[in-house]
Amino acid sequence: MFVNENRNCCCNNDCEAEERKIDCEKKEELLQNIRCYEFAVNELALYLDTHPEDKKALCLHKKYCNELKNLRDMYQKVYGPLTITYPCNKWRWLEEPWPWEGGDK
Amino acid sequence: MWTYNKMLQYPINIKCTDPKLAKVIISQYGGPDGELAASLRYLSQRFGMPDQKAKAILNDIGTEELAHLEMVGTIVHQLTKNATIEQIQEAGLDAYYTDHGVDVYPQSAAGVPFTAAYIATKGDPIANLQEDLAAEQKARAVYEKLIDLCRDNPDVLDPLRYLREREVVHFQRFGEALRGVQDKLAMKKFYMNNKCD
Repeated sequence: MFVNENRNCCCNNDCEAEERKIDCEKKEELLQNIRCYEFAVNELALYLDTHPEDKKALCLHKKYCNELKNLRDMYQKVYGPLTITYPCNKWRWLEEPWPWEGGDK
Repeated sequence: MWTYNKMLQYPINIKCTDPKLAKVIISQYGGPDGELAASLRYLSQRFGMPDQKAKAILNDIGTEELAHLEMVGTIVHQLTKNATIEQIQEAGLDAYYTDHGVDVYPQSAAGVPFTAAYIATKGDPIANLQEDLAAEQKARAVYEKLIDLCRDNPDVLDPLRYLREREVVHFQRFGEALRGVQDKLAMKKFYMNNKCD
């Protein structure tokens, strides 16, 4: 049985062609926004674990989850993946600095 | 399972090398009240919890503690990565440097390596949750000591204050979970079948 040696992908997920504007200030601002929403979602989740009937908290959680998803999509499209579940034509996971390296201002 | 998020829960950018601070802050990485002990404690205890709220809160706080472990490791790394041999010796980190260089190793401020003896799973949800409440208070107290020791370094102070605040919130949530478990265990049992013992 032959193994297909052609390792070039032919899918049309064109994140490589995405214009990469390395605008550090914008990148940091967006990341900080994502962090704020991540925090709000996490904090509400802990609260909802012990107050699952709180309608107001549930509503806020839903709202912030949607905002977070939009911001994460926006960030990942331009600046590369935040998780390995984000599909790319080129393996961009290695390109951005790791959070402990202070790239995460 | 878990998926790694390539970002810190709270930003850390330390401009000045200071191995002296790293030497004490490392206690919250691998010390008795550190983030590694916290995450393992909660993530191990969650399996034996009798109600949904307690399972969820142990799972989700245990997960957040892993993010805190990464933050503390980042602080230690950034404080030591450019340290000179003179700075390391002056900080009393020469023994640490011998075995670990400037890698991050889970140990207490006094140099005791991490041990699972720091955590407990007692097969008793009340005992476990009481331990968790105490653990959050002890971690808060340690962060307050570290804040005293780092008062001249705002880059370090800021994330330490954040981490201290999280301990307070976790304590509150564990208190609510404990109340739920106590209510559940104290509930009267009614049997529909009078042949039941």
